[in-house]
Amino acid sequence: MNTTDLATYNFAYLDEQTKRMIRRAILKAIAIPGYQVPFASREMPMPYGWGTGGVQVTAAILGPDDVLKVIDQGADDTTNAVSIRAFFQKVANVAVTTKTREATIIQTRHRIPEEKLTAGQTLVYQVPIPEPLRFLEPRETETRKMHALEEYGLMHVKLYEDIAKNGHIATTYAYPVKVEGRYVMDPSPTPKFDNPKMHRSEALQLFGAGREKRIYAVPPYTDVVSLDFEDHPFEIQTFDKPCALCGAKNVYLDEVVLDDRGGRMFVCSDTDHCEDRCANGHRGHLAYNKEAAE
Amino acid sequence: MSLDTLAFAGGFQKPVFEAQAVFRTLMDCMARPGTIGDIAATVTPPRPLTPAAGAVALTLCDHDTSIWLTPALAASALPGWLAFNAGAAIADERQNARFAFIEKGAMLPNFCLFAQGTQEYPDRSTTLVVEIESFEGGRPLALTGPGIRTEEGIAPVGLPDMFPQFWAENRQKFPRGVDLILVAGDRVLCLPRTTIISVKEA
Repeated sequence: MNTTDLATYNFAYLDEQTKRMIRRAILKAIAIPGYQVPFASREMPMPYGWGTGGVQVTAAILGPDDVLKVIDQGADDTTNAVSIRAFFQKVANVAVTTKTREATIIQTRHRIPEEKLTAGQTLVYQVPIPEPLRFLEPRETETRKMHALEEYGLMHVKLYEDIAKNGHIATTYAYPVKVEGRYVMDPSPTPKFDNPKMHRSEALQLFGAGREKRIYAVPPYTDVVSLDFEDHPFEIQTFDKPCALCGAKNVYLDEVVLDDRGGRMFVCSDTDHCEDRCANGHRGHLAYNKEAAE
Repeated sequence: MSLDTLAFAGGFQKPVFEAQAVFRTLMDCMARPGTIGDIAATVTPPRPLTPAAGAVALTLCDHDTSIWLTPALAASALPGWLAFNAGAAIADERQNARFAFIEKGAMLPNFCLFAQGTQEYPDRSTTLVVEIESFEGGRPLALTGPGIRTEEGIAPVGLPDMFPQFWAENRQKFPRGVDLILVAGDRVLCLPRTTIISVKEA
């Protein structure tokens, strides 16, 4: 007997019964947009907090023809993205890419790609705390009831307290949204900059929370509205400068410390978007200049 | 094949990949109501259930999901086939069923007779797999709601005249309610509880 036959995993790591259980939860989640479906989250070969929920959702939907992209805070080359991409290459032998437009499944930790997603794509979010009301009400029995009764006054009180203390709504990430006029949902800790991209997106959006054992979804062309007040309308972050590498405006930027004398630069959080622009000749003020270097 | 051995044959030939393909079709159809998907699986359930509906059963059902069957299906070799191939038990009450299978031509019970879920846990409801004649040629219905850009149209043959009314009552209970998987031949169309159906003037 060939030794390679002995210890092989089932395709995409999870056993078939687990996949069926997750698949049933995904269908229910799609049918009730924004509602958190409980599921029997499994232990994965990575710790909680490293995207076990997203990994289980991806494993349940992944097929041999898919092309997978994994991003961590927008980047394809940071620890979480690299290790999850390598995981699926190993257990599913699936094709991977860093190009947003080539991917059929994009697993993400806390960003939505800058490039507009299309109908053939599924975005899988890794979610740490799926319950938007959790920090306002610690009891699951109570938050369940609040969702059941559509009682979201507490969330508005929280946003109002922001305004009373700071003069504006100070929530900048995991900014609560209302899905299809019914469920208030946590969009995972994405910057609020990304909230408008969820609204009537062409792509299916799936959310997996492994430790908290919840799956939820936003189908395509579904209303996703950020909570706000008439006199304090929802606003996204803006940046004074364009990306230092590719010169992109109206994208989400990361601050990078350059030295210990206060030097810093702002660059695209979406590395694929930045590289794509650089390859097409866009230059920021700190871009690597090949001719000058030679 | 004799009736006794019918239950042991006709499962997926490649369970992992075929179940994944059927699920992705169902997921896409559930996320985009009105989209018609193809099920090219190699499943042969006992008659009168069709192969596509059988493939849906083996993709989604197992020992965690009790299934309600119409009297005709319950009298066929199907309960044994489901038990052997999926490990799924038959529910005696519609209220206890996670899935229900209704073959072509059978009476479609009112959706309110099935599990609706609770206001706290609306996911604890029945998903109905209903076989019909065709998605074209019947009374035109307009679909709107999540997953639909503007409007989708279907004209199903084989649903009762009361269907739009059943569905409107189902829609009213949101977030409670049942979800539908319609099967015609090897094609499938999903109607999640969010979809709004209006009858178009022909």
